[in-house]
Amino acid sequence: MVEEECGYQDETDRKQRENRSGPGSVVVALRGVCNRFCDHTVHDNLDLDICRGEILGLIGNSGAGKSVLLRSILGLRPPNAGSVRIMGIEMGKAGEKEKNAVRRRWGVLFQDGALFSSLSVEENAAFPLREFTRLSPALRREIARLKLSLAGLPASAYARFPGELSGGMRKRAGLARALALDPDILFLDEPTAGLDPLSAAAFDRLVRALRDDLRLTVCLVTHDLDTLYAVCDRVAVLADKHIAAVGDIASLLRLDHPWIQEYFNGPRGRAAFAQAAPGSDGCSLKWT
Amino acid sequence: MDRDAVQASALTYRPPSGVGAGVCPALREPRSSSSMHAVREGATLRLVFAGVMTAETLHVPEKAVPDALRSAHTDVVLDLQGVSRMDTAGALFLNLTLDGLRRAGRSCVLHDPGERFTRLLRIAPPAAETAANGQTRPGEERGKQAAPAAFFVERLIATLERADAALLARLRSVGALVGFFGAFLCIGGGMILHPGRMRFTSLVFHMEQCGLRAVPIVALLTFLIGMVVAYMGAQQLGMFGAQDFAVNLLEITVLREMAVLITSIVAAGRTASSFTAQIGAMTANEETAALLSMGLDPMVLLVVPRVSAMILCLPMLVFLADITALLGGACALYFSLDMDLQAFITRFYAVAKLKHLVVGLVKTPFFAAAIALVGCFHGFRATRNAESVGFLTTVSVVQAIFFVILLDALFALFFTVLRI
Repeated sequence: MVEEECGYQDETDRKQRENRSGPGSVVVALRGVCNRFCDHTVHDNLDLDICRGEILGLIGNSGAGKSVLLRSILGLRPPNAGSVRIMGIEMGKAGEKEKNAVRRRWGVLFQDGALFSSLSVEENAAFPLREFTRLSPALRREIARLKLSLAGLPASAYARFPGELSGGMRKRAGLARALALDPDILFLDEPTAGLDPLSAAAFDRLVRALRDDLRLTVCLVTHDLDTLYAVCDRVAVLADKHIAAVGDIASLLRLDHPWIQEYFNGPRGRAAFAQAAPGSDGCSLKWT
Repeated sequence: MDRDAVQASALTYRPPSGVGAGVCPALREPRSSSSMHAVREGATLRLVFAGVMTAETLHVPEKAVPDALRSAHTDVVLDLQGVSRMDTAGALFLNLTLDGLRRAGRSCVLHDPGERFTRLLRIAPPAAETAANGQTRPGEERGKQAAPAAFFVERLIATLERADAALLARLRSVGALVGFFGAFLCIGGGMILHPGRMRFTSLVFHMEQCGLRAVPIVALLTFLIGMVVAYMGAQQLGMFGAQDFAVNLLEITVLREMAVLITSIVAAGRTASSFTAQIGAMTANEETAALLSMGLDPMVLLVVPRVSAMILCLPMLVFLADITALLGGACALYFSLDMDLQAFITRFYAVAKLKHLVVGLVKTPFFAAAIALVGCFHGFRATRNAESVGFLTTVSVVQAIFFVILLDALFALFFTVLRI
């Protein structure tokens, strides 16, 4: 679905793309981001671009700072140095009004859904509509139900409270809430962690379908190799305090980076590869 | 990109280097730029939508469309040619309008949604069950209301049912509290036989939390109460020249009731609430479930140390409160009656009876147990809901104070019967 390749030919190409707003343009641009906790440096001079319409996967070791990076992008933890530019707005320098305009154009799914536990699932999904629009309650409910059904929740769950839902359902409800205002960018923090393989695969398909239908830009932090193979257009590898490599998996596999090789060529990586591309050399792992 | 248009917008960001002024169009659109007007063409009603149809601007057509549809036209055309952008909310609204009109038996067409909107319209179908719930849609006529009498009876029955459920829930909660007390007695009794099973680290920690840390506030409050009692007593008794009896009044009020009650109520506010919040957060986080799954009893690990700490600490706190309250009284009498400390002590020594002190202190372990048990009990009732811990904390403080005063009344009755 990405109409244009997101790799840059050269520096002029990069600047041109940052200036446009069509498909293939840069929606999120991180430049020289540094994050430090006391004397522990998590990110050092980190650059990353997320292009319109793509699904970017962010991978890295546990503790490599994936969640910190996501929180920096979202402004929950402003970076110690560097700039975060989202949809053309420099988040570190922009006024509160501009930042709020950007915040309404993104949706965030936190790891455990972060649903408001005092509201029912339906009220959770309708919450952004209640706060940011002037629609009637009846129409808000209709829109919330549409989003919940898009996220794959059965109608029987709408009236229930987050405490009464399973983990997978909470994730779906969180996704419905993130989609409530039809965001341009969707941030997903470990969307398939803790889901059974069938639900995880369904979630992958869902993310892809939403991207195709609603023209979303998706940035997801994940550990799930199946998800990487199934949905991501590009994968950004967070290692050694910066983005060590960005590209589709095929091009990452060609790189001679020890961590990337280990990550994708470990037993789980090869199994996911075999599943994603039957007929390739990964088939040797199949039972005969 | 039209640079002038960008700079005219309020949301423009001009980067220092001059590159990258690509502010996203979605951010540049002024809010509420949606409009709808109705055109009548013979038998056809044409609703012309224009501008942006997203959740943020949709309230304009949402109000305008039902008004326009009141006319008797049977053929309706929804004209989308002027729509520049649409999201799923806009598509859902159009689908709902179409659906409502079709239900009402009117013919309705979308005029040229184009490829870009057709896709959206397809993924935003109206929910199937809405019609079954009796809700109305933009194009539909509202159904007749139920008869007022039947409606009233229905509401009355519903209210009674709710009251019934609430009463049963209360009763069940009291029953559960009694059950919890029983479980505590079983396990606590076992602990007395096997003191090695006691968690001493936890016990000492909670003794510090609910005993030592409560000393300043308890001392200050009882000092003030002692002053008030002595001062008021001296003033009232002074009216018939019996101001020296203020010491007797102080002795009986403070030692028997005031010090005990004030300390217990402070403890209920401080300790019952913190026990509920601690255990409630643990229960909400499934930590107590984790303990149970490891074969550890939360009663042993969490409840017994807290309750024992409270039972050990409250008598000491009350003893301290007795002293500070008497000091406060002495202070007040010094200023109001010019009775110096020496005279106060002599007078107090002459009138004081040990039994008043004992009556006061004997009550404290019972109050302590009630406060700590109520606090712990409500903690275990927490659910994963963020509100539940806050709600239960309130309940536990109110209930702890209630039990303190109830027990105090029962003790007063008991001692009166025994003539102590």
